Amino acid sequence: MADLNAGSVVAARNAADVVTTKMTARNVNVYYGAKQALKDVSIDVSQENVTAFIGPSGCGKSTFLRCMNRMNDTVASARVEGEIKLDGEDIYKGGMDVVQLRARVGMVFQKPNPFPKSIYDNVAYGPRIHGLAATKADMDAIVEGSLRRAGLWDEAKDRLGESGTAMSGGQQQRLCIARAIAVDPEVILMDEPCSALDPIATAKIEELIDELRGRYAIVIVTHNMQQAARVSQKTAFFHLGTMVEYGDTSMIFTNPSEPRTKDYITGRYG
Amino acid sequence: MADQTSHTVKSYDDDIHQLRSLISQMGGLCEAQIIDAIDALTRRDAEAALKVVATDARIDALEGEAEKLAIQIIALRAPMATDLREIVACLKISSVLERIGDYAKNIAKRASALAQAAPIEPMVIVPEMARVVAVMVKDVLDAFVDRDPELALAVCQRDQTVDNFYSSLFRSLLTFMMENPHHITPSTHLLFIAKNLERIGDHATNVAEMVHYSATGHLISERPRGDDTAFATSAAA
Amino acid sequence: MASMSASRPATETLASKAPTDWSGPAMTARIKGRYRSEFVFKYAGLAALVVAALFLVFLLFTIVRDGASGFRSTDVKVTVTYDPTILGIDQAAAKGPGGKQLIEQGNFQGLLTTADTGLGVGTNVVSEGAWLVLREAVIADPSLLGKTATLWVPTRSNFDLLAKGKFDLDAADEARGVNDADIAAYRQLESRGLLKTGFNWTFLTSADSTTPELAGIWGAAKGSLLTLLVTLVLSFPVGIFAAIYLEEFAPKNRWTDMVEVSINNLAAVPSIIFGLLGLAVFLNFLNMPRSAPIVGGLTLALMTFPVIVIAGRVAIKAVPPSIRDAALGVGASPVQVVFQHVLPLALPGILTGTIIGMARALGETAPLLLIGMRAFVTEIPSGLSNPATALPVQVFLWSDDVARGFVEKTSAAIIVLLIFLMLMNSVAIYLRNRFERRW
Repeated sequence: MADLNAGSVVAARNAADVVTTKMTARNVNVYYGAKQALKDVSIDVSQENVTAFIGPSGCGKSTFLRCMNRMNDTVASARVEGEIKLDGEDIYKGGMDVVQLRARVGMVFQKPNPFPKSIYDNVAYGPRIHGLAATKADMDAIVEGSLRRAGLWDEAKDRLGESGTAMSGGQQQRLCIARAIAVDPEVILMDEPCSALDPIATAKIEELIDELRGRYAIVIVTHNMQQAARVSQKTAFFHLGTMVEYGDTSMIFTNPSEPRTKDYITGRYG
Repeated sequence: MADQTSHTVKSYDDDIHQLRSLISQMGGLCEAQIIDAIDALTRRDAEAALKVVATDARIDALEGEAEKLAIQIIALRAPMATDLREIVACLKISSVLERIGDYAKNIAKRASALAQAAPIEPMVIVPEMARVVAVMVKDVLDAFVDRDPELALAVCQRDQTVDNFYSSLFRSLLTFMMENPHHITPSTHLLFIAKNLERIGDHATNVAEMVHYSATGHLISERPRGDDTAFATSAAA
Repeated sequence: MASMSASRPATETLASKAPTDWSGPAMTARIKGRYRSEFVFKYAGLAALVVAALFLVFLLFTIVRDGASGFRSTDVKVTVTYDPTILGIDQAAAKGPGGKQLIEQGNFQGLLTTADTGLGVGTNVVSEGAWLVLREAVIADPSLLGKTATLWVPTRSNFDLLAKGKFDLDAADEARGVNDADIAAYRQLESRGLLKTGFNWTFLTSADSTTPELAGIWGAAKGSLLTLLVTLVLSFPVGIFAAIYLEEFAPKNRWTDMVEVSINNLAAVPSIIFGLLGLAVFLNFLNMPRSAPIVGGLTLALMTFPVIVIAGRVAIKAVPPSIRDAALGVGASPVQVVFQHVLPLALPGILTGTIIGMARALGETAPLLLIGMRAFVTEIPSGLSNPATALPVQVFLWSDDVARGFVEKTSAAIIVLLIFLMLMNSVAIYLRNRFERRW
C-alpha cells in the first residue's frame, strides 16, 4: 500500500505520463579543433516536459544546447558528429535551412540581450524577418500576444516605444523570451536564463517557464540545481563532456543512480 | 555505502556529523533506558525506576536539538539526494527515538507500580523480550551509524520474534488473570509493559526502514517487488 | 617562504603566523613611501600635461599672431574716369548685345595706371591685379562708361604690410625690405585718409596668385574638398565592406591572416609611397589628368582605406556578441545580423575612425606633391578633373614664396586648415554622441 502511494506521488510530479519526443540526439560528438567537448551524447527531449541540463562549468551542457539549434555553426573551429533530429528530421543534414531551424528552435541567453531598439521592435523583429505578419494589425497582435505570454504585457504596454535596454534585468530577460516566442517556435532553448537575475526576477522567469510548458518543448541549462529541481521534469547531468545520467528530476534529486551525479548534486564534486 | 566523500564545504560535513551524533546519542540513551527500566522491573527497584523516568527528559531535549539542527541544515544547506534522505531520516528517527524513550519511561513507571505488588509468574518472559528489543534498537543504531542497509533489513526481520513474544505473553497473562482476579492489576501493568516493548520493536523496525531508505534510496517494501520484476524481465528475455 | 613548502596546508601556516602589525614602523614607512610615489607620479603627469598644453598654446599663438593679419587687407581710394578711349570700348556697342564680351576685352589695366598716377604720390600704389575690380564694376553697371567714380581698390602688398606695421622702419635700408619711396608714398596717402584696412574677402574667395594681396585660399580649399570627396566616396564603402567581410564572414586561415597583416602594414606605410604609387599607376599608366582632385582623391583613398578598415574592424569587434547571438537566435541570416544589428551599433565607431582618417588625408601633403597637385593654379577648380591644389600644399607653396606678403598668408592658410580639421573632429564627436547607444 505504501509503495502504491509513493508511485502516485512520483507520477504527479512528472506531469506528462504519455510523452511525444520532440528532439532526439544520438551519439553526438562535438570537437573544438582537436579538443573533444562532447562525447557520445544521446538524449530524447519531449514536448510536454521541461528538460534541465545540469553539470559543472565546462561540462558541455551549453555546448550541447547550442548544437540543438546549430548556434555552434558560428564557431569556426566547432565540428559536430552524430545526429540531432527535430521531429525526425536531421538538423545537420545538407538541405536544412539554419535560419528556419533557429526560428523553430528559439533560444534565450544567459545575459539578457535585448536589441538596442524599442520594446515593440524587439518583439516584432523575428516575425518581421520571417514575414509572419501581413499587416500592422497582425504584427500588433503578435507583439501583444508574445508579451502577454511572457507575462510582460502589463509592465510594457504603456512603454512599447521605449528602448528594451531601459528595462530592468528581469524584464529584459522576459522581453527576450517574448522575442523568442514571437516567431512561434516549437522548442525553446534557455542557456542559464536566470544567472544574471535577482531571486524575484528569477522566480518570475521560473513561473513563466512553468506556464510555457507543454506549449513549447523547453530545454534549460542551469548552474542552479535548485532551479533545475524547481522548473524541470527531466534532468540530464553532464560531466566532462559526457552525459552521466538522464532521468526524472524527482529521481535525480532524491536518488541519483550514478555516484558522480550524487556527488555533484550533494556538493561533493571535485 | 561507505562512499561518503566529504563535501566541498567542510562545515556542511560538520553539521551532518553533529546531527548524526545527536541521533546516536539519543539511540544510546534509549537503549540504556530500556535496559534500566527492565532492570528496575526485575529487581523491583522503585527508585531506579524513578531515575529512568527522570532521564527521559534528556531524550526529549536531544530530540528538540536534533530537530532544530535538521531544520537548520535543510534551510541553510539545501541538501540533495543522499544528504537530503539522510537528514529527513534523522529528523524522523529522532522523533521515533523520542517515542521509544517515552515507552521506556512508561515501562519504568509501571515498574515502580509493580514493585509494590506481589510478583507474578509470567514476569520471567518480559526481560527476555526486552533483551531482544534492546538488541534490535542497538543494531538499528549500528546500522544507522554504519549506513548499513543489510543490518537494517535484518532488524526488520527480527520484529516477528518480538511479536511472537508479545502474543504468547498476552495469552499467558489472559489465562493468569482469569485464574485469579487479584492478578488483574499487576497483569495489566505487565501487559502494557509487553505492549510497550512490542511498540518499541515496531519503532525499531521503522527506524530500520528509514536507515535503509536513507542508505539506498529504496523503500524496503519496494525491494522485493523490484527483485520480482527483475526476475520476471530476465525470465522473459 | 620555507614554511610554505612544508607539508602543512597553507591555511595552518597562516593561522600560526603572528598577526600583521598594521601600525608598526615598517608598515608606516611603507605607507609613507606609497603616498610619496603616488604624489610624484600624479604631479609628473600634471607637469607633462602642462608642458604639452604650453606647446599647443605656443603653436596656436604664433600661428594666430602671424596669420590674423592675413585675413585683413588694405585698400586705397582712387578716382577713376571710365574713359572709353583708354578702354578701347565703343560706348554704344557696349550697351548692345554682346556688350559684356566687349567690356571684358577692355584695357582696364591702362585705366588703372591712369588712376594710380592720379594719386600723385610718385610710385605705384594700386595692386597689379586691381583692374579686375574696375572691370567687375563696369560689367555690373555698363552705364558707368564715360563717367567718373571713386572706389576702393587693393593696394600693393608693400602698402598693405606698411599699414599693418609689418616693417621695421628703423632698420637699415637693405634690411627692412621696403624702399624709401614707398614709405613716403604711404605716409602721404595715410595723411590724406585715402587708405583703409578691412576684412580680406579676397583671401577667402579667390585662388592663388603671384601677388600676395590677390592670393586667396578658396581655390586650395575647394581643391581639398573635392579631393576629400573622392577619397570619402571611394574609401568609406570599400573600407566598411572590407572590414565587415574580414570580421564577419572571412574564414580564419592563412590567406585572411595575410590580408589582415597586409592591411595593418598598409596603414603604417609612409604617405609619400602612396604618392609614388599614384604617380606610377594613375598618371603614368592610366593617363589620368595631372594635378586633378580625382587623382589626389584616389591616392588619398588608398592611404585612408586601411585606416577605415582598422577602425571599422575595431568598431565591429566592439559590438557585443550577445547582440549577434540574439539576432541569430530568432533566425536572422548572417547578412541580416550584420546590416540590421552589427553595423548600426558599430557605425559611430566607424564614422569616428573614418573622419579621423579623412582629417589625416586633409592634412596630407607628400603624396599630393608627387601627383602634381603642387601646381600654381589661379583658377578655382570647378570639377574633379580640373587642375587644383590642396590646403596643406598651398601652405607649403606659400611658405616657400619669396614675396614678403606671403608670410602672413601662410599662417592664415594654416588657420583655415586648422579650422577645417577642428570642424571635422567636431563632426566626429557629434556623430559618436548622436549614434552611440548603450546596451
